[in-house]
Amino acid sequence: MQRSFIAKNPSILIFLALLALFTLGVTVLSEGFGIGVISTSFVKTLGKTLCLCLIAVAMDLIWGFTGILSLGHFAFFGLGGYMIGMWLMYERTRMIVVDSLSQSEIPATQSEIVDAIGNQIFGVVGSSEFPLIWIFADSLFLQLLMVVLVPGLLALVFGWLAFRSRVTGVYLSILTQAMTLALALYLFQNDSGLRGNNGLSGLQNLPGVTASQDAVSMWFLWASAFALGAGYLLAAWVVSGKFGSVIKGIRDNEARVRFLGYSVEAYKLTVFTLTACIAAIAGALYYPQAGIINPAEIAPIASIYLAVWVAIGGRGRLYGAVIGAALVSLLSSWFTGGQAPDIPLGVYTIKWVDWWLVLLGLSFVLVTLFAPKGMGGLIDLWTDRRSPDRHGADLGPDAGALREQEAEQ
Amino acid sequence: MSTLLEVSGVSVTFDGFRAINNLSFSIGDAELRAVIGPNGAGKTTFMDIVTGKTKPDEGRVIWGEKSISLLKLSEAKIAQAGVGRKFQKPTVFEDQTVEENLTMALKKPRGWMAVLTYKPTASDRAKVVDLAKQIGLTDALERKSGELSHGQKQWLEIGMLLAQEPRLLLVDEPAAGMTPEEREHTTDILLEAAKTRAVVVVEHDMEFVRRLNCRVTVLHEGAVLAEGSLDHVTSNQDVIDVYLGR
Repeated sequence: MQRSFIAKNPSILIFLALLALFTLGVTVLSEGFGIGVISTSFVKTLGKTLCLCLIAVAMDLIWGFTGILSLGHFAFFGLGGYMIGMWLMYERTRMIVVDSLSQSEIPATQSEIVDAIGNQIFGVVGSSEFPLIWIFADSLFLQLLMVVLVPGLLALVFGWLAFRSRVTGVYLSILTQAMTLALALYLFQNDSGLRGNNGLSGLQNLPGVTASQDAVSMWFLWASAFALGAGYLLAAWVVSGKFGSVIKGIRDNEARVRFLGYSVEAYKLTVFTLTACIAAIAGALYYPQAGIINPAEIAPIASIYLAVWVAIGGRGRLYGAVIGAALVSLLSSWFTGGQAPDIPLGVYTIKWVDWWLVLLGLSFVLVTLFAPKGMGGLIDLWTDRRSPDRHGADLGPDAGALREQEAEQ
Repeated sequence: MSTLLEVSGVSVTFDGFRAINNLSFSIGDAELRAVIGPNGAGKTTFMDIVTGKTKPDEGRVIWGEKSISLLKLSEAKIAQAGVGRKFQKPTVFEDQTVEENLTMALKKPRGWMAVLTYKPTASDRAKVVDLAKQIGLTDALERKSGELSHGQKQWLEIGMLLAQEPRLLLVDEPAAGMTPEEREHTTDILLEAAKTRAVVVVEHDMEFVRRLNCRVTVLHEGAVLAEGSLDHVTSNQDVIDVYLGR
């Protein structure tokens, strides 16, 4: 009756093996370490996609397993990016400033250096003073800590307020949208201390690293693959045991869990905060590969895309979230990158750059209506997993409860 | 026999409708009690109040030797204090196996950290197997509970309640939708449970109540109308007028 964690979830091993194989393949084909078939910019796209897969795993944990449709997790993703971006920008600017000041005859004092860095970074928003939030920006260690602490704390406070008032269902979704919108609007202001709509830029250049982008892009791909593997393993472990039973119970029938003596609010808060931290780590790996972060990244629509990826991939199964995020975001960059051929219809030419969103919206509607299992349903053909016949009944009374087709017999 | 639960002078109003009206009720440590009453008598609201789902407008609900007020506690804390509840409609976690359902209900620390690192011990597993035997689901341990029949779900829920090891069991219409044999089995389980704890059974079915052979409380319009043995209350003229006569 008692089997090991891996034996109970053979999909974990398969997933990790495929991820390792993918990473190895990209390495061999890359410009930095291999035969140069894959361009560095495409390596970056792949690395970024791995980060998006990681946040999709977090989304599946909160939505697919706990039943909370959070439409604000990109706020945590973006905050993670900002936190690492602050150090990257500070340190790189400091090195340039120190370098240029060393030419002068009188050695520059510490405060002169800091002033010059401030001038460089904040000149674009008409300021030169370092705001208080940059206090740790000179320390990589502290700023890495902030990557997890700041989004984690925001999630903790927001979640505590929302869950203890028993806000659920669509109202909670709207509340999370409001959170990410408010954060984006705040960051758009020039005096928010994070350079307003300019955002932080030049993040692809690691301070003190002379290696070319060909190599750096591979480092980040490896780091992203490792983070995705670790995040997947963590999520699979969290949902496998009794904790998984409790959160799945909350998804399907929250009141019943309460009468069993479990504090539903504490569990929701735990999962919300944990997934916020995972999202933040994904963001901290994503933006150095993207090179730039600005407040538009955490606009409400980003978090809605996240839900669409997980829905298309298949909710309530971790590999489904990964497949959905990878497929949709890669397709999206193919269509919007101008690579997809236009379709001339005589009177009208379909340009995919304009029509991609329509296609995405349509496929989301079609998946929701006709293939509720999502892409994961294709895997079922192979693993012979079947849905129970419940004559259309959900698996619990709550709004987020698993639907008949999503369940496993 | 000391008092385990004492409800006194409790009233609740929903949008002007007085669902519970100055209700007083008490039950001892190891006692079986049946609560009967016509629809709208306040039976379910009474359970909601004891389990913390509904907060009353006035009155007191006192629990245990230390005389704790349950009104200040959350549902989860009340359940942890030892109040178990079975709903009218069988509510089990349908996406999870019988074993997972029972394991979740076992009396163990309920905090998220303890649950995250929980590993079932040999005695936990033995307990689950033992409970499954008691409720006749030994062969179904690995099955998803959503596949079970209505009666089996009822028992699984009773099994989950027993796994919680509550000091007070509140059972809402346990025999609804059961065959005569299943009813008999349910009666046995309840009688057995009542030897070591307090059990309150809300029931419509007089035959079932007669088989329980216990003290009966009749509710009407949110207050106690009569209390005593079944024969005593059924011969009470008020009870006949509002309930049995119809």
